[in-house]
Amino acid sequence: MSESFEVELRILSRPEHLCVVRQALSAALNRYGFDDGTCAQIALALDEALANVIRHGYQGRDDQPIWVKFGRADTAQQKGVHIVVEDLAEQVPPEKIAGRDLEDIRPGGLGVHIMKQVMDDVQFTPRPEGGMRLEMKRSQS
Amino acid sequence: MSDNNPIVNTEALSDGTMLTLQGEIDLSQSPTVRASLLEMAQAKPQRLIVDLTAVSYMDSSGVATLVEALQQQRKNKGQMILCGLQPKVRSIFEIARLDLVFTIVDNAEAAKSA
Repeated sequence: MSESFEVELRILSRPEHLCVVRQALSAALNRYGFDDGTCAQIALALDEALANVIRHGYQGRDDQPIWVKFGRADTAQQKGVHIVVEDLAEQVPPEKIAGRDLEDIRPGGLGVHIMKQVMDDVQFTPRPEGGMRLEMKRSQS
Repeated sequence: MSDNNPIVNTEALSDGTMLTLQGEIDLSQSPTVRASLLEMAQAKPQRLIVDLTAVSYMDSSGVATLVEALQQQRKNKGQMILCGLQPKVRSIFEIARLDLVFTIVDNAEAAKSA
């Protein structure tokens, strides 16, 4: 099934590109009518998704592609945003992608928890052509 | 590049050290912050203050460096205090439920006298 998004970006897996994607998404979210606090949280969720691809998916390799797509996901009831992140990293069973127990205070392991806390829907799936696909949705509440 | 350096200043206090950070602390900046914090924590200060007043954004990699330093301080029976968190930065601590784990005060003056 073909997909159509308002914005499609391809970045290399370098941490210094995270701010570029955050700024692009924040600008779009502002235009979609999200308030500043929600914009910041959704940008954080995407940042965490990309950081996980860089750190865990590509294990720090900085020359690998990451595709980021986003656009409006309005329903009759409310406005929303739809974000997709795709990579060519090693495939992981989606059920193994989980955040850590928050009672266990230690560095790391917060990214997936943040994504699930901020977004209404977070789905990881292996791509048929290789790599992983992450789909996140959030409506204005 | 010096413009992107997240470390503004380190200040020796009578009972410890204060680290002042700036900018956006994400995966590209957190290794620099981690190195500074761990170096400071290794000196076993009684009080380690991190001033985040000029930090406009922080992701979980930045938070992880602070958690690591907190653990080091606890091990050394020292105190760690965060101050000056902007709402966007405070938000990630709340989402991760770390706002109750760290000692967080409004500003550097309050941190020095906490």
